[in-house]
Amino acid sequence: MENKLTISCSKQNLAKIRQFVADILHRQAIKEVEAHKLVLAVDEICANLIIHSNHCNPTQTIEVYVDFQPAEQVTFVIRDQGISFNLSTYAEPSLDEIVSSRRKGGVGLMLVKRIMDKIEFSTEKNYNICKLTKKLSE
Amino acid sequence: MVEINIQAESDYQLIEVRGEVDASSSIELDNALKSAAENYAKILINLSKLEYISSAGLGVFISYLEELKTNDIKLVIFGLQEKVREVFDILGLQHLMNITNNKEEAQALLNGK
Repeated sequence: MENKLTISCSKQNLAKIRQFVADILHRQAIKEVEAHKLVLAVDEICANLIIHSNHCNPTQTIEVYVDFQPAEQVTFVIRDQGISFNLSTYAEPSLDEIVSSRRKGGVGLMLVKRIMDKIEFSTEKNYNICKLTKKLSE
Repeated sequence: MVEINIQAESDYQLIEVRGEVDASSSIELDNALKSAAENYAKILINLSKLEYISSAGLGVFISYLEELKTNDIKLVIFGLQEKVREVFDILGLQHLMNITNNKEEAQALLNGK
């Protein structure tokens, strides 16, 4: 994988992560509205990892890889060494529940699930790995 | 980076949100909405210069929906760029919020009924 960014766990770095992903998608001539959604999905995962898994500790880093193999598909791999996230125990709240609870969080992973075809979380050695895949149209 | 411009009109508050609202900047949107909801019964939000919004920003809007309803505050957002509108649509927020194409429609909706 040649497209790789390593960056420290600060919320202010989310804009840099988005720019990194957007530039790569732009080079692949992916349509703006589609690219925008893919950038959003990566941003949501990275925001969760930075805030919840790494508590915004700038001495920690996350790595973002972008890959276009096999063809017609994009894969994002995001690696970190914070607290791992267990998707199997995650119960997605309904939007109604979030509205009535008046809380501000809870829709990030919902967006990622609706944008991407597949989300996989795994652990390898000391790393947590989140892999997002999406078939590209055209 | 987000820039929020607040303008008091005769009977409503106009909030313009420019730039990008993400997990690092959503607090600014939150502060603006909190202040508007405390002081106005009608709020217009211009998102035509909003280039990006993540769940943190959407979450701010969502968190006020109950309060707006309870306190009979009318909030209308307008001018969303297509890429931003898509993000609202993914969650179905167009069914929960008042969203119009432009300021004129937003004002009409604000003053309607």
